[in-house]
This record gives sequence, structure tokens and C-alpha cells, in this order.
Amino acid sequence: MRKTLLSLLFLILIGLLMANTFSAKDSPWDDGKSIDLVWEISPMAIKVEICRQDADEPKRVLLTCSDPSGSFRDNELEPNNEYHYQLKAYFQDDDLTLSASAQTRAQWFYMGKLGFLLLLLLVCGAILYYIQAARHGKEFFIRRIAGLDSMEEAIGRATEKGKPILYVPGISDLDDIQTIASLTILSHLAERAAEYDTEIIVPCRFSMVLSAAKEVVREAYLKAGRLDAYKPDNVFYLTDDQFGFVAGIDGIMLRRKPAANFFMGSFYAESLILAETGFATGAIQTAGTAQAHQLPFFVVTCDYTLIGEELFAASAYLSKDPQQLGSLKGHDFGKLVIILLIILGVILEILETSNLKEFIAGAIS
Amino acid sequence: MKSSAPLIFAFIVGIIVLLSEFIPHSPFNEIVSTLEGWFMIISGFAILLGQISLIRMNTHKIVHKLDNWQYHLAGLISFGLMLALGLLWGMQETPGILGDATGIQAWLGQKPFDYLFENAYLPLSATLFSLLAFFIASAAYRAFIIRGLESNLLMITAIIVIIGRTSIGTMLTGWLPESLHFWHFPNLADFIMEFPNTAAQRAILISAGLGIVGSSLRIILGIERSYLGGDK
Amino acid sequence: MKISVLAERRIIYLVLLIAVALPLLFPIGWKTEVSGYTQMAYDLIENTPENKVVIISFDYDPSTMTELQPMGEAMIEHAFKRDQKIIATALWPMGVQMAEQAFEKVLRDYPDKKRGLDYVNLGYKVGGMVTIQAMGRDLKEVYPNDTRNTPYDQIPLLANTRRLKDVAWVSSLSSGVPGLKEWMMVARDSYNVPVTGGCTAVSAPGFFPYVNEQRQLTGLLGGLKAASEYESLIGRLGSATTKMDAQSVAHLLILVFIALGNIKVFVAKKKKTTKTKAFIIKRRKSND
Repeated sequence: MRKTLLSLLFLILIGLLMANTFSAKDSPWDDGKSIDLVWEISPMAIKVEICRQDADEPKRVLLTCSDPSGSFRDNELEPNNEYHYQLKAYFQDDDLTLSASAQTRAQWFYMGKLGFLLLLLLVCGAILYYIQAARHGKEFFIRRIAGLDSMEEAIGRATEKGKPILYVPGISDLDDIQTIASLTILSHLAERAAEYDTEIIVPCRFSMVLSAAKEVVREAYLKAGRLDAYKPDNVFYLTDDQFGFVAGIDGIMLRRKPAANFFMGSFYAESLILAETGFATGAIQTAGTAQAHQLPFFVVTCDYTLIGEELFAASAYLSKDPQQLGSLKGHDFGKLVIILLIILGVILEILETSNLKEFIAGAIS
Repeated sequence: MKSSAPLIFAFIVGIIVLLSEFIPHSPFNEIVSTLEGWFMIISGFAILLGQISLIRMNTHKIVHKLDNWQYHLAGLISFGLMLALGLLWGMQETPGILGDATGIQAWLGQKPFDYLFENAYLPLSATLFSLLAFFIASAAYRAFIIRGLESNLLMITAIIVIIGRTSIGTMLTGWLPESLHFWHFPNLADFIMEFPNTAAQRAILISAGLGIVGSSLRIILGIERSYLGGDK
Repeated sequence: MKISVLAERRIIYLVLLIAVALPLLFPIGWKTEVSGYTQMAYDLIENTPENKVVIISFDYDPSTMTELQPMGEAMIEHAFKRDQKIIATALWPMGVQMAEQAFEKVLRDYPDKKRGLDYVNLGYKVGGMVTIQAMGRDLKEVYPNDTRNTPYDQIPLLANTRRLKDVAWVSSLSSGVPGLKEWMMVARDSYNVPVTGGCTAVSAPGFFPYVNEQRQLTGLLGGLKAASEYESLIGRLGSATTKMDAQSVAHLLILVFIALGNIKVFVAKKKKTTKTKAFIIKRRKSND
């Protein structure tokens, strides 16, 4: 009896060891465009080939390897479709064919982006909290931003000299948030210029920026009660070409000799050409960009520079609107969170624990 | 309605695009690809708006003989010439309305559009970019002055990076033994660019990123309205 | 003799012009050491197997071709050497011509390479990141024909290439937006296709953070020096190598200008101090 039981156990063990499995499952937490294939077959296999057999298409080989066990993700499928797979394992004298099928299904959330979502909710929540606090009368301190305070001085100088102001809203299109931030500053500047009766020239690189800038400047003149002084031709399109645009602006600077130049928005290699030409004409210059590698050129050649975040804070700073000032406090909270995460991340990396990094980077499968 | 319609539209579209970043299920993924298609179409049409503005502005200055009207005439002529040449005879392998200009190609060596592109536009464009070299020299002469601790540090790092990024840096310290390889100018320059420079750039990127989040949130919620032309 | 600011500037420009022109006319032949970033970009292409389809995107215009065109030519030559199949695209309108010129130059040394079989120029498409995202879904939808109006399905090179994931690597040579960053955000982050590329020297520091452990960028060619490094790796005496002499001389000259600027300020400060001291002594004497 004992011998029989032992033999039976031995046979079951051999059977388990020899068991070949091949499964296909819809990838979790994705857009329904991938299926996970997992296989485990006898280590005696020389070659493993996995194919996908679609209804109206020929058999497609997805993977060829010699691993007896493994996993593979088939991407770029269509959601809510049934897919059939075949695994063919080749042995010395034999081969084995296994089949599996699965249906793709789109889930309602990208789990890999959970870390990103939580951080975003934290920062946005802080911004909304401080906006609410501002609405209820809480006052927030904001430090002086010299570049924005100087706007009045620049306009005054232009008025005294009887020269125009040049405003360049960057070289990116309207889909760049820096351009939108630039247009908000333009709105305030144009209103001041209208009050002082100073001409403002706004050359644009893209047509959509042109349309938005025209509207912004016109509304600013309207708000100042000086619609009669508004010149639509002062807001114009130059060219889409990067250096053609720069050449055009340089020409305007050298011919019209504006007393004040404002370079606000996204700039690239042409930043120094613009700023240095403006410096040569003796204009007072203020620049602002979030392009970190162009900031040194502006710092060297301009009288005032708005660095990174200051460009986005400009609208709040200039309008002195309590709600917008409150949102700036939310930025500071976000910076505090990031500083704490960096310190925590460094400590965890030293301790060789990368869970936090993987969570934030979205490595959850 | 005129002032609230854009705000409502901005809110709805902003929230949908934000949600689609996290929700893979349809219709969110389809909405985003539709919006992407619309953007491509609008970009194409928007080019026309710019050309109309360009022609209008230049024509006005020419007709009223304002200051420097000759430059505006030259600009319009150049614009018209390239447009006409491209339309009539095409460029590269693409034929124009009048064909491939085989006669002109035999004389010029290439199509008129390509000829002007390579011999007029290319040199002009490269020349303007090359102005950077001169402006860097004059800006460096004017701005790199030793005044205090910060300007001293700036000077030292500038010298190391300038020398390290040239063949001279390799020659000056190439003889250093392996144990002192860190002090090899190109390696020092790479170290400065990779660590202190990258750290500073990342800090600016992070704060700019937060500024973008705050700015975008204000626009989506309608708190920020200057881009539409007016405050509340 | 007092020199005006305008005259000073003109002297600087003239000296710089002469200093840059001379090495171009009389090459010096200084050697360049290969940096880690360039080596990474080289290794990506070197380690990609034969017959793989790759994308080189020419996202710049003639104003920056001095720095970027040599990179394009070197990468095309490297890919041809490794028998890789090249798809050229452009997110900037002039990029199409830049690509054609680069192919024309390299094909002089590789006359056996055939359009349609070994390389193809799909041309320019407006839209930037939106275009790249559409390419991720279906290349044929974005580029139904190539620049010679050959339909997508009739190009042998593209037979098994329908989306970005079918491509072995992407290289974007860019001088602004749209460009390298957009390719990285879509091709690398969304489709896990290795992305490398080149940019102008002034933009390079902004891209260095992306060459990291996560390989958001697999190497980077930043400026003319990196282009000449790449040329030395593939054993090619290209335009970047000859221009590096001029760049090295220009850099040295800028150091000289910085020194002169400091001397000028120091002398002026000293003169002012001496004048002030003399004035104070004179006042004291007259008071006495």
C-alpha cells in the first residue's frame, strides 16, 4: 500500500513537472490595446515560437526564443476584440502546440499614472485651497518682482522720449502656455500704454498668436477708454521662419528705436540676437521666459529678467487680484512637496529601496 | 453670453483633456485624437490668416509711402516671387502648374524655387544665425566682469567650460595621469554641465512646471481671463 | 585714446571675423575627445541589427544647418554602414530640403543605396507633437505618399512598418519646437522607442537632464563639437571636423576679450580712485 502511494505521488510529481501551460489575459489598467501572454513549459524545449492568428489576416509570429518560461505583452491591438494565440514548442524529437485566447478590454484608469495623479491632486488642491482662503479675505505676501515693477518705469521712459514700446510674445504658437502667459502680461502693458498714450508694437510669429494678440491689445485700449488711439496695424504678422522673424524684429528695433523692449514667452537660439540688438539701441529691456537655457543670455543683456515661474506669476502680480495671488501660494506648497519628496527619495535610494521612485514613475504593472 | 461662452468652453475642454490623460476607456481616447485632428486642420488654415495680415500691412505702407516703404516693397516682391515660382514650376520632384520647368532647369541646373532657396534663402538664414557668434563675443566682453564672489565663480566656470569644449582643452590637460583624469578640462566641463548646471536647470524646470500647472488651472477655472482680452 | 562703445563693438566683430576665417582657410588639425553623450548616441546606432527600419527627423531650417547638417550626414552614413533602412521625416517645412541635401551628399560614397529600398523621404507634416502621436497610431495615415508621390504601400522599405513601434530608433535633429522634446515625449515615453538626436550647442544644456537612467534620451549630440566627435567615431572627415578648428580659435578669442574687458574696468576703477584721492587732497589743502 505504502509502495503504491509512493509510486502514485512520484507519477503526480513527474506530471506536474512536465505540465505545460500557456495563458493569455487582458493587460490590466490599460487602454485595451494589449494582452499579456505567460507560458511555462518543459525545460527540454529547444525553441519557443508564439504566433497570433487573426480572423482575416495571416498568422503573425510575435516572438521566437528559447526560454521555457516567460511573459510577453502584445501591444497595439484593438479594444474589445478577441485574439487567438498559439505557442509552438520544439523539442528534440517532438513539438508541442498550445492555444490561448483573450479579449481586450479598456479599463477606466491607467494605474501606472496613480502617482502622477496623486501629486497633481495635491498641488491643485493646495492651489484651490489658497484661492478659497484669498476669497475669504486672507492676505498673502508676495515678494517684489523687479522685472514687473519696472514696467511703469519703462512705459514712462518711452512716453518721455516719444518712442514706441516693442513687445515680442515669444516664438511659439498659442498651444505653448508661455505664449498665453505672455499675452496676459501684454494685456496689462497695453492698458498702461493706452493710458500714457504710448505706441506699442507687437510683431507675431504665428497667425493664431496674431489673432489673440490683436484681441488682447484692442480690449486693453477699450478698458483704458482709448479705443481711438488703438492702431490695428501695430499688431502684425511677420513670418513663420524663426530667423526671418528675428531679422524683422531687429529691423524694427534699428529703424523705430523703441525706448523699451519686452521679450516675454518662449525663445530659443535667437534670444541673444534680439536682446543684444536691443541693447545696442539703448532701450530699457525686460525679458521673461521659462526656457532655462536661454535665461543666461537674457540676464546678461537685459535690465530685468523674469525667471521661469515669475513669467507665470506675472498676471497675478500685476492684477493684484487676491484669488490669483492665492494661487501663487499653491505653487509654493507644490515646491515644498517636491523638496520633501527629493529628500525622501535620496534617503530611500541610499537605503536601496526604490518603491517610492517606481510608484511615482508609474512602474506598477 | 459673449464673455461666458469661451470660459465655459475652456473649462469643459480643459477638464476632458485632463481626464483623458488618466482614463484609457473610450470615448476619452477618441475625444483626444479628434481634438488633435482639429488642431492640425486649424494650424493649416491659420497660415492663410498670417499671409493676409502680411500682405495687408506691407501694402498699406507701400501705398501711403510711409517711412522705409522700399523695404516693404522688397519684402512683398520676394514673397510673391517665391510663391509664384513654387506654384508654377514646383520644387524638388514635385511638379507645379506649368510642369517641371525642364528648360529652366537645364539653364539654372535646378528649378527656380530651389535655386533661390539654396542661393538666396539658405545663406541669408545661416548669416543671421551666425550673428550669434559676434553677439556672444560682445556680450561676454561687456558682462563677464569680476565684481564679487558670484561673478568670480561665474568667471571660473565660464573659463573651464569654454576651454573644455574645444580641442585646446584636450591638448592642455591630456597629459594628466589616470588618477587625475577628473581635472582634465573636457571632463571638468562635462562635470559642471552635468551636475551644478543640470541641478539649476532642473530647479528652474520644476518651478516653471508648477507655474504651468497653476496658470493652466487658473485658465481652466476661468480665474485668469487676460488671454481672452479682458478681466472679469 | 578713448574708443566709443560702438567702435569697440566693431573692433571685436572684425577681430572675431578674422580669427574664425583663418582656420577655415588654413586648417590647424586639432583633435577632439569623444564625450559620453556622443558615445551613447553612437552605441545606439552601432548596436542596432541590420535591416532594421529607423527614423531620422530633420526638425531644423537652414539657419542652424551649420551645426545640425553634419550630424544628419554622419548618422545617415552610420546607418548605411550598419545596413539599416532610413525613413526621413520633417516637422519643420525646410527640413525636407535639409534631408534631401544630406542624402545627396552621403550617397556619393554609397551609390548602391536605393531610394525606396534603403531610404525614403516622407516629407513634412504640420502639427508637431500631434503629428508624432498620429504616427504612433498609423504612419500611412500621416504620410500616404513620400516626397516623390509614391504611395506608401508601393515603398518596399515600409512594407512591415506601420507605426512607431515598428521602428528601431528615432533620431531628431532639432533647433527648436517642434523637435527633440516632442519626439521624446511621444516615441520614447508612449511607445518605448529609443530616441536620440542632436541640437545646437546653446540648447544642449536644456536636454542633458533627459539623458538619464530612464534613457529618456539615449545620448545627445550637442553642437558642432559633438558632430565632429561623431564623425571621428565613424571614421569620417566631415564638415564638422574642419569647422572645429575655427570654433576652438573663437573660444580662445572670447577668453581674451573677457580678460580685456576686466582690464578695462580695473583701469577705469583705478583712475577714478586716483582722481577722487587727488580731489580730496586738493580740498584739504585749500581748507588749510
